[in-house]
Amino acid sequence: MGKSLISNTIRKLRFNAGEMTQQQLAEKVLVTRQTIVAIEAGKYSPSLELAFRISNVFGMPLEEVFTYHPE
Amino acid sequence: MSYQEKKSIVSLISTLLIFGCYSLYVYQAQTGDADAMSPRFWASVILVLIPVSIVAKIMIAIIFSIVYKIATNEAEPSFSDELDKLIGLKAGRNSHYVFVFGFLLAMITLVIGQPLSVMFMVLILSGLLSEVAGLVTQLYLYRKGV
Repeated sequence: MGKSLISNTIRKLRFNAGEMTQQQLAEKVLVTRQTIVAIEAGKYSPSLELAFRISNVFGMPLEEVFTYHPE
Repeated sequence: MSYQEKKSIVSLISTLLIFGCYSLYVYQAQTGDADAMSPRFWASVILVLIPVSIVAKIMIAIIFSIVYKIATNEAEPSFSDELDKLIGLKAGRNSHYVFVFGFLLAMITLVIGQPLSVMFMVLILSGLLSEVAGLVTQLYLYRKGV
């Protein structure tokens, strides 16, 4: 619980993608806006499938969107 | 605060309110009734509580949904995604733990020779507490993360 060991650059990527809103991203990857909020805040590590869907939206490889920080 | 968090809080308050009102009603109805402490009485209390709470919760959920739409001009999420399902599973697990503990406690009251009414009260209370535990877990996980 709490902070995830996986960080992400979704906020920056959304900004670079014409200031895409959280709602727009959520609709593209078939989740609720609340889930995008939680992922961006590092409160939730998405499933592998969702992580791939998010990466595909931005046309980036997975490791450029999500980074694992082992303790 | 997200829709899910608000919904958890409303569910928590409505659960406590419905249980409180129903308990008060049962308490007033059974006063002076000689048959009040019979197993039949307690069984009917439980059997009536279940549909009453289901109907009341559905009504409160509909009202909440309408008020939320009017207040925020935002529609409620039309589906549960992986985060909702994960939180739902964890909340359900905690809820079941509390109920099983309460059930065992209810059986212990019989073993140590307590009256049947005590067993039923523990059973009903564990039902309430298990629901509260589930909703509190849900609220906590939506706020703090999974």
